[in-house]
Amino acid sequence: MRYFIRRNPRVIIGGVLVVILLGLALFAPLIAPYDPIAQDIARNLEPPGPDHWLGTDDLGRDVLSRVIWGSRISLSVGVISVSIGFLVGVSVGLAAGYLGGLVDLIAMRAIDALLAFPALLLAISITAALGPQIQNAMIAIGVVAIPAYTRLTRGQVLSIREREFITAARTIGVPTLRLVLRHIFPNVSNALIVQATLATAFAILAEAALSFLGLGTQVPTPSWGLDINYSQRYLMNLKWWMSAGPGIAIFTAVFAFNFLGDALRDALDPRLRRSA
Amino acid sequence: MGRYILRRLVLMIPVAFLVTVIVFTLIRLAPGDPVLAYAGEEKDPASLEALRHEYGLDQPYYAQYVSWIGHALQGDLGRSIRTRQRVAEAIVERLPATLMLGSAALLISISVALVVGTVSALNRNKPIDLIATAAALGTVSLPNFFLGLLLILVFAALLRVLPPGGYTPLANDPGDALRRLILPAITLASASLAVNLRQVRSSMLDVLAQEYLRTARAKGLGEPAVVLRHALKNALIPVVTLIGLQVGAIIEGAIITESIFFWPGVGKLAVDSIAGRDYPVVQAIVLVSALSFMFATLVVDVIYAWLDPRISYG
Repeated sequence: MRYFIRRNPRVIIGGVLVVILLGLALFAPLIAPYDPIAQDIARNLEPPGPDHWLGTDDLGRDVLSRVIWGSRISLSVGVISVSIGFLVGVSVGLAAGYLGGLVDLIAMRAIDALLAFPALLLAISITAALGPQIQNAMIAIGVVAIPAYTRLTRGQVLSIREREFITAARTIGVPTLRLVLRHIFPNVSNALIVQATLATAFAILAEAALSFLGLGTQVPTPSWGLDINYSQRYLMNLKWWMSAGPGIAIFTAVFAFNFLGDALRDALDPRLRRSA
Repeated sequence: MGRYILRRLVLMIPVAFLVTVIVFTLIRLAPGDPVLAYAGEEKDPASLEALRHEYGLDQPYYAQYVSWIGHALQGDLGRSIRTRQRVAEAIVERLPATLMLGSAALLISISVALVVGTVSALNRNKPIDLIATAAALGTVSLPNFFLGLLLILVFAALLRVLPPGGYTPLANDPGDALRRLILPAITLASASLAVNLRQVRSSMLDVLAQEYLRTARAKGLGEPAVVLRHALKNALIPVVTLIGLQVGAIIEGAIITESIFFWPGVGKLAVDSIAGRDYPVVQAIVLVSALSFMFATLVVDVIYAWLDPRISYG
C-alpha cells in the first residue's frame, strides 16, 4: 500500500479532493453556515464579506450555504447515474462479449444507435421526454453512460474469454453465470473503475447543464447549474459572486474526478504509464 | 474505396433505423396529450377526436411510426406546437446562425490546438508543456455556460469592449457580426479545445519519435523545415478525425452557448422548445443532429482511410 502511494501521488491528491467533496455533501447540514433556502431580503445582493463568505443572492440567501448543499445534488446524481450506466452497461457488455452471436449483434447495434447521439443532446432529449425532474435527469445521464461501459466490458471479455484459465474453468464444468461473475468480471474491474471515475465527472457536468437549462433540479432546491442560470440576470450589474460560487464548485468537482480518473488509469495500467 | 464507402453506408442503415425508433419513442414518452397541446383552447371531445384522427394518433404505435418516418424521409418533420410553423422550415431558418458560430468555433479550436499542441510536443515535459496540459485539463472541467458568463462579465460588463450577446447576419454589417461572434465562438471552442490539443500533442509526439525525422535532420534540414514539412504533415492525419468528432461537440455546445448569448440558431430553438414543451421541434432537432453526427463520422472515416493507405478498406 505504502509502495502504491509512493508510486502514485496523483491518485492520493485526486482521492483526497474527492473525499473532501464527499465529506462536504455528507455533512452539509453541519458545515453550511445558513439555511440554503432561508430568505433575508434585508441583506440581499451583498458582496462576499465576513458574515457571508461568498455573498448573498437577490433573495438574501447565503451563496456559500447553497454551494455546500448543492454538492449533495451533484454528487448524488453522479453516483446514481454512474451506477445505472455501470449496472446496465457492464451486464450488456458481459453478455455480448461472452455469449457472442445474435446477442452480441443486437446489443452492439443498440449501443451504436445510442452512440449516434451527441451525449448531452441525448440526455437533454430523454429528460425533456420524461419531464423536468432531478430523478429523470439521473436516468437520462445513466442511459447516456451505458455505451462506454458496454464497449469497454465487451472488449475486455473478448480478449479474456479465450485465455487458458477460462478454458480450464469451463472444462471442469463451472456454470456460465459463475464463470462470468467470478472469473471474467474481476479481470475487467480495473478498467471499469477508471471509467466510473471519469463518468462521474461527466455526470456532474451534465447535471449542471441540465439544471442550467431548467431540466434538472427545480427551485428552490440548491443546485450549482440552476443557481448559475438564476444568477445570469444580475451579471451585467456586476453581481458576479452569485455565479462565481457555484461555477467554481462545478469546476472543482469535475476537475477532482477527472484528475483522479486520469491518475487511476496511469496507476492501474502500467502500459499507459510507459507510453505517456 | 468505393466498396468501403458502400459497406459503411449499408452498416449505417440498421443504426439509423434504431436512432429513428429511439427518437420516435421519446416523442411518445413525452408527458401530456399532444392533441390537447395542438388544440389549445378547443376542448370539444368530438373536435379532439377529429384532431387525433387527423394526426393519426388513434393508430397503433407501429402504424404511427411508419407514417412518421415516411413524412420525415420527405422532409416533413411536423409542425411546432407553439408557432404552428413547419419544423423543417424553422430549423433551416436558424441554420445559418448556427453554422456561422460552429465554423468560427471550429476554426479557433483547431488553430489553437495545432499551435499549442505542436509547441507542447516540441517542449515535452518542460514548463510550457506542463502549463498547456494543465490548462487543457482545466478547460475540460470548466462548464462552458460558466465560461460564457465569465467572458460576458469581463468583456461586456466590466471592460465594455464587446456586446454581451445578440446576432447580426454577416451580410448586413460584417463588423458588428464579427464583434458579436467573438465571445460565443470562444465559449463554444472551449468545449473541444482540450480534446484537440491532447490529440495534436500525442500525435506530434508519435511522429517526432519516427526515424525518418532523424534522416531529415541528418541530411541537413533546419528544424523549422523538419517540423513544418515533415512532422506536422504526418501528425495531421489523426487530427482530421477530430474535425468530424467536433460536429457532436458543437451541436451539444451550441445548445447552451446560443442560449447564453441570445444567438438565434438551432440550439436556441431547442432550448426555447424545451421550455415551451414543444416536443415535435425538440425531437426533430435531436433526429437531425444524430443523423448529421453519424454522417460526419462516416465522412471522417472515409477521409481518414483515403489519407492513410495503411488503413484496411475491408
